Amino acid sequence: MMDILGLGNSLHTYLVIAALLFGIGIYGLVQRQTFIGMLISAELILSGASLNFMAFNHFLAPDPTVGQLFTLFIMAIAAAEAAIALSIIIAVYRNYKSIDTEDVTDLQG
Amino acid sequence: MISLFSAEGLAGLLFLGFIGLTLAGAIIATSACSLIRSVAGLALCFLGVAGLYYYLNSPFVALMQILIYVGAVCVTIIFAVMLAESSELKRVTRRNVLVGPLAFLASGLLVWGLVGLAWKTQWHPAIFYVDNWGTVENLGQSLLTIYSMSFELISVVLLVAVVGSLVLARQGRDK
Repeated sequence: MMDILGLGNSLHTYLVIAALLFGIGIYGLVQRQTFIGMLISAELILSGASLNFMAFNHFLAPDPTVGQLFTLFIMAIAAAEAAIALSIIIAVYRNYKSIDTEDVTDLQG
Repeated sequence: MISLFSAEGLAGLLFLGFIGLTLAGAIIATSACSLIRSVAGLALCFLGVAGLYYYLNSPFVALMQILIYVGAVCVTIIFAVMLAESSELKRVTRRNVLVGPLAFLASGLLVWGLVGLAWKTQWHPAIFYVDNWGTVENLGQSLLTIYSMSFELISVVLLVAVVGSLVLARQGRDK
């Protein structure tokens, strides 16, 4: 009982959660058929990476501001990435009338 | 020994709740049928991750997580879903039925490797510690002194992203 309740004080807990987020994101990225679903899975992968940075920052880093700043930069990059990807998806939808990955095959040999 | 009804015990219980929120949200986000539900699962997952950040002694990053991810990114994705998803989307039959199990196998192998690496490694805490606690004050100071170059560059990146997405989304509009 006490081990389960004290789980937040160990580095391993956060690393395992981050690995699970990363794995779920990879699964969704391979298995999803729409562009927006793939973008959602990519966001999951990014948040797994930020959780890893924050965990190492809190438990191992000599200066506890560095990891927090890195996570803030990851957030800004992710916001820019989401904006660009969504406008590309809108442009693709306007040309193909679909956001399915199977339909956008003009460059397929 | 932590009792369930002490402050530490309740905090541990809340932590378990945040873990459950994160993992359940991630599973909903990848396996829900309609896209709008999977965006809702993504918002749930981000809320759980914000709670985990709070337990990592950084409330500012937790607040930013809620503000940026739940408040901005998820809402933008919802707008794109409403603009682009046709209601009677024809469900194309997947060409290969093996894609689902193979994706599960690949991600399971990755998770197994990463978790094994995290358990097997002997993590050493730092030898010396800088004398600050990572408060908002320290964050602001280092953002404007040591990391001011990256701070300026990230604002340029955001500006370029805004202009680029406007240009991309406007193209071919009069067709």
